[in-house]
Amino acid sequence: MALLRGVLTISRQGQTNRVSFVHEVVCVRQQHSHVDSSDSQYDRLYPGHIPTNPIQKVLLAVGSGVAALQNPYRHDMVAVLGETTGHQALTALRDRMKGDPEGCTVLTERPRIRLSTLDLSKMASLPDKSFGREYLRFLEENRVTPDSRADVKFVDNEELAYVMQRYREVHDLLHTLLGMPTNLLGEVAVKWFEAVQTGLPMCFLGAVLGPLRLSSSRLGPLVTSLGPWAVRNGRQARCVLSIFYERRWEQSLENLRQELNIEPPPLTVMATIQKAPSQS
Amino acid sequence: MKFRFNMAASIRFLVRRMVRDYSRNINCSVSCQIVRSSCPLNLSACRCFSDNAENKTTHFGFETVPEGEKTERVYKVFESVAQKYDLMNDAMSLGVHRLWKDMLLHVMNPQPGMRLLDVAGGTGDISFRFLDYVRSQEERVARRVAQANQTPSWQEISTSYAAPGQEEVEPRRSRAIVCDINKEMLKVGQQKADRMGLTSGLSWVVGNAEELPFDDDQFDVYTVAFGIRNVTHIDLALQEAFRVLKPGGRFICLEFSKVANPLLSQLYNAYSFQVIPVLGEVIAGDWKSYQYLVESIRKFPDQETFKGMIEDAGFFSVRYHNLTGGVVAIHSGFKLFRLLPPQRGDVPRPQSQPLP
Repeated sequence: MALLRGVLTISRQGQTNRVSFVHEVVCVRQQHSHVDSSDSQYDRLYPGHIPTNPIQKVLLAVGSGVAALQNPYRHDMVAVLGETTGHQALTALRDRMKGDPEGCTVLTERPRIRLSTLDLSKMASLPDKSFGREYLRFLEENRVTPDSRADVKFVDNEELAYVMQRYREVHDLLHTLLGMPTNLLGEVAVKWFEAVQTGLPMCFLGAVLGPLRLSSSRLGPLVTSLGPWAVRNGRQARCVLSIFYERRWEQSLENLRQELNIEPPPLTVMATIQKAPSQS
Repeated sequence: MKFRFNMAASIRFLVRRMVRDYSRNINCSVSCQIVRSSCPLNLSACRCFSDNAENKTTHFGFETVPEGEKTERVYKVFESVAQKYDLMNDAMSLGVHRLWKDMLLHVMNPQPGMRLLDVAGGTGDISFRFLDYVRSQEERVARRVAQANQTPSWQEISTSYAAPGQEEVEPRRSRAIVCDINKEMLKVGQQKADRMGLTSGLSWVVGNAEELPFDDDQFDVYTVAFGIRNVTHIDLALQEAFRVLKPGGRFICLEFSKVANPLLSQLYNAYSFQVIPVLGEVIAGDWKSYQYLVESIRKFPDQETFKGMIEDAGFFSVRYHNLTGGVVAIHSGFKLFRLLPPQRGDVPRPQSQPLP
C-alpha cells in the first residue's frame, strides 16, 4: 500500500511536468552542460546531488528494490529506494518539523551527526544512564559508527535532502532511545517504529519483509509484545527528527524518553532480544 | 634520422589537423546559429573543441575540462568500474557486446603465427577470442595434416628420407599482448585469464595508447575495442598504431558510432540516457561513470569522420562496417609501407618496400 502510494507520488509528479519531462527524455536537455561553464550537472542543489527525471526515478525505485531484496546487505540500494519513493513522506515530515519549535531550529541550523562533530571523550565522561553515555555504549557494543550512512543523491529538493540525511543519522539514536540492539529482531522493531513515525515507503517495505526472515521463535515476541509496543510508541511519540539531540547528551535517558512520550521496552522481551545472535 | 622523421611527420599532421579544425570551427559556428533556433537537439554540432593556445580544453562527456585533467578522470572512471565491468557490459547491451566482439574477430580472421596488440584491452575479451580463434585454426590445420599423412605419396616418403640432419622448423606461435593504461582493468583481465586457464601466448602491459611502449614494426594486427573514444588525443593514438604495425599490418577498431535511422536513434538515446545510468547505480553503485560513458559515445566522431582520421594517420584501404544499425562500427585499415620524411615540398614520398 505504501509502495503503491510511493509510485503514485512519482507518477503524479510526472503528470504535472509532463510536457517538460517528455522534452527531457527525447532531447536529453537535462544532461547538457554549456560549452564554457565549469559547473557540471551534478551537485547543483547540494553536494552529491544527481538530478533525475521521473522515468529515471521509477527505474531506480524498481531496480534498487529488486537489488535490495536480492542482497539485503546492499545498504546503498536501500538508501536509493528510500530516496526515490519518499517524496510525499519527506514533505509531510518537513512540515511536521516546521510546526515544532525545536524542529524549526534543527531545520535552520542543520546539525550533522558524524564522528568529526561528536566529542567522544566528553561523552565518555558523562554519567551512566545519560543519553550521550548510553549512545556511546551502543556504538561500542554493536561496533557501528555514525559515519557509515550513505549520502543523499536523488532527492531534488535541498531541504528534503537534509530531512532524509537527518533521518538516516538519527537511526542509531533511535536504537538507543528504544533500547533495541542491532540484530534482526531489534532492527525490525525500530523499522516498525520508524514506519509509523515517518511514513516512508521504504520503512514500510522493511517492516513487512524483515519479519519474513525471522525464525519462528523470534517472530512470536515480535507479534505479541514488541511489535504493538513499537507501533503504539510510533503513534504517540513526538516527531523524533525534531529533537536537537546534539544539545541533549547530558540529559538522562529516562527523562528524554518521558519527554518524547516513549515507553521503555517491554522487559519480558528484553531477555529474548539480548540472547538473539545478530544474524537471526 | 628517425627522430627528424617523427618530428616532421607529426608537424605535418598537426598542421593538417589545425587547418581542418579551423574550417570545422567556422562551419560549426555558422551552423550553430541556424541549428540552435530550429532544434534543441544539437548534440555534436556545437561541441567543437577550443584549441586555445593558453588553456587547451577538451570534452569529458558533455563537460569541458582541461586536457591534462581528462586522462586522470578517465583513469578514475575505469578504476571504479573495473570489478563490475563485464557484468555491466552484459546488462547494458543484453549480451549483444559478445556478438560484436565475435564479429570483430570474424573480420580480423587471424591466422596462426600472428602477433596481436590489443590496446585498451582491459579485461582481455578480444585477446581471449583471438587466442581461441588461432588455436582452433591450428587444430584444424593439424587435423588436415594428420589426415593427409594417413596415406603419404612415394614423393613425400622420399623427401622425408632425403634430409635426415635438417631440423624441423618451429611454426611461429601466435601471441597476444593486452595493453591498457589502467592497472585495475588489467588485474581483472589477468584474473579472468587464470580462471579460463589461458596462460601461454598472452602478455599484459601497462601503457598509454598515445605513447606505446613498443618498437616500430612489431605487430601484425592492432585492435582497439571500445577504448579509443576515451583517449585524449585520438590522432596520436592512430599515429602510434601506424608506428607499431608491420608493413602489411592491419588496424581494426570496434567503437560506438552514430545511428543513422532517426527512429532508432531516438530509441537508442532514450535507452542510453534513461536506463544505462540507472543500471550503473543499481548494479555497480556508480551513476556518474556510466553517465560519462553514454556522453562520451555522443562526443566521438561519426563513421566518415573517423575514417578520415584513420586515413590521415597513413592507413590505406580504410573501410567500416556498421553493426546493429550503426550503434557500433568496425573500422579497418592497412599499413602498406613506412612513411618517409618529405624530400621536397609537402607531399610525403612513401618508399615502397617489398613486404617482409
